[in-house]
Amino acid sequence: MQAQMLEGGFAEAPRDAAIAFRAAMRAMAMPGAIETLTGAAGPAPLSPAASVLLLTLCDPDTPIHLAWAHDTQDVQEWITFHTGAPFVAADQAMFALGSWEALAPHQDYAIGTAEYPDRAATLIVEMPALAAQGACLSGPGIETEAQLTVPDIAFSQVNARLYPLGVDMFLTHGNRVAALPRSTQVR
Amino acid sequence: MTDYNFAYLDEQTKRMIRRAILKGLAVPGYQVPFASREMPMPYGWGTGGVQLSAAVMTPDDTFKVIDQGSDDTTNAVSIRRFFERTAGVAVTEETQEATVIQTRHRIPETPLEAGQILVYQVPIPEPLRFLEPSEVETRKMHSLEEYGLMHVKLYEDISQHGAIATAYAYPVMVRDRYVMDPSPIPKFDNPKLHSPAIQLFGAGREQRIYAVPPFTKVVSLDFEDYPFEASKAEGACALCGADNSYLDEVIMDDAGHRMFVCSDSDFCTTRRARGHVGTEGVPS
Ligand SMILES: [Zn+2]
Repeated sequence: MQAQMLEGGFAEAPRDAAIAFRAAMRAMAMPGAIETLTGAAGPAPLSPAASVLLLTLCDPDTPIHLAWAHDTQDVQEWITFHTGAPFVAADQAMFALGSWEALAPHQDYAIGTAEYPDRAATLIVEMPALAAQGACLSGPGIETEAQLTVPDIAFSQVNARLYPLGVDMFLTHGNRVAALPRSTQVR
Repeated sequence: MTDYNFAYLDEQTKRMIRRAILKGLAVPGYQVPFASREMPMPYGWGTGGVQLSAAVMTPDDTFKVIDQGSDDTTNAVSIRRFFERTAGVAVTEETQEATVIQTRHRIPETPLEAGQILVYQVPIPEPLRFLEPSEVETRKMHSLEEYGLMHVKLYEDISQHGAIATAYAYPVMVRDRYVMDPSPIPKFDNPKLHSPAIQLFGAGREQRIYAVPPFTKVVSLDFEDYPFEASKAEGACALCGADNSYLDEVIMDDAGHRMFVCSDSDFCTTRRARGHVGTEGVPS
């Protein structure tokens, strides 16, 4: 277990994180675009993409909520060792990690305030599949329309109506990532 | 071995800036607060743009810096060298070749493409600041979409000058929600804010980051009877003959002769290399 905790981090953190952030930023800037994240792999059930996101974005300043299957001692130790992020309940989280079902109830996460809409949670949703098909997306970052497998169309519609408040999501599967910011219209 | 981190900033600072960028992209035009750091830059250029460039740069990037359209000013050269040295990136003066372009006061004439990142150095990020000095009040105004005063001010400009006098930092409405200061670009550049590129704005002293994702709706504020006009000086570039680029007036000699030349030096150079010649130009 000790060995597993120490493994799976970035080989060369500054460069690996820079390359990973570019992919994450492109995903968030262009909802529906599927990017690749490599360079880190935490213990199961963490996907490589979610592992890379955590190492790129999280540290002692970012409370994380681990949902159900992801809330294991292995995962906790790995995140603590590599990021130092504290673990908290859903309503305190800056980042939340798990399958869509496990992340419920989804209205518990911070959606920001009228004056500080940036104080909203980012959900990292581990998906059973991720492809450019399914729901139809439009909004900032999308020239006309994009297609993407999303976890919950109805939730995203409610979330978009809260704009400029609302949660933002990264969708992960294997080493792939896409994003669904609150600005995206989903149908 | 080098004694500084990749792209100079430490990893924790970069993570903080990167999180702010992501929230900025999720809420286009909204100013995200961040904890600005000191940068080893000459005074007067500002550090918001440099901090953004440091947070987004990868080793594979090709970096370009323009200052008022020019790649050759002292500041443009020193920032280019800074990232050449601290991030080991390739540098260029060609807009098309660049993957990350840091700019002050211009958007390149050559249309940007998908995948490119344009980083703006911003002196005053708050478009409502000249109406309301209090940060608490402007934040409240944004939250309530209270932009009536801004429209009144613009309309006053028209009644006094017969046209909207604001020639730089002309305010825009982003995605029908936030009024945003596009930094002191000439209003000629405003239509280019609707772009396939990712646009990031950084104000170091005021500690704000904001963003415009590709293809985001950006509308320059105007009125039915006074529609927005992306105006520039009449005439063509004296060196390359372009009549569709933003022109700077330069004094040629002690007798005070003046001519208009492209503000975008790469655009002008590229045109001349292709054989375009203006009235004062010499064939290359
Ligand atoms: Zn010219």
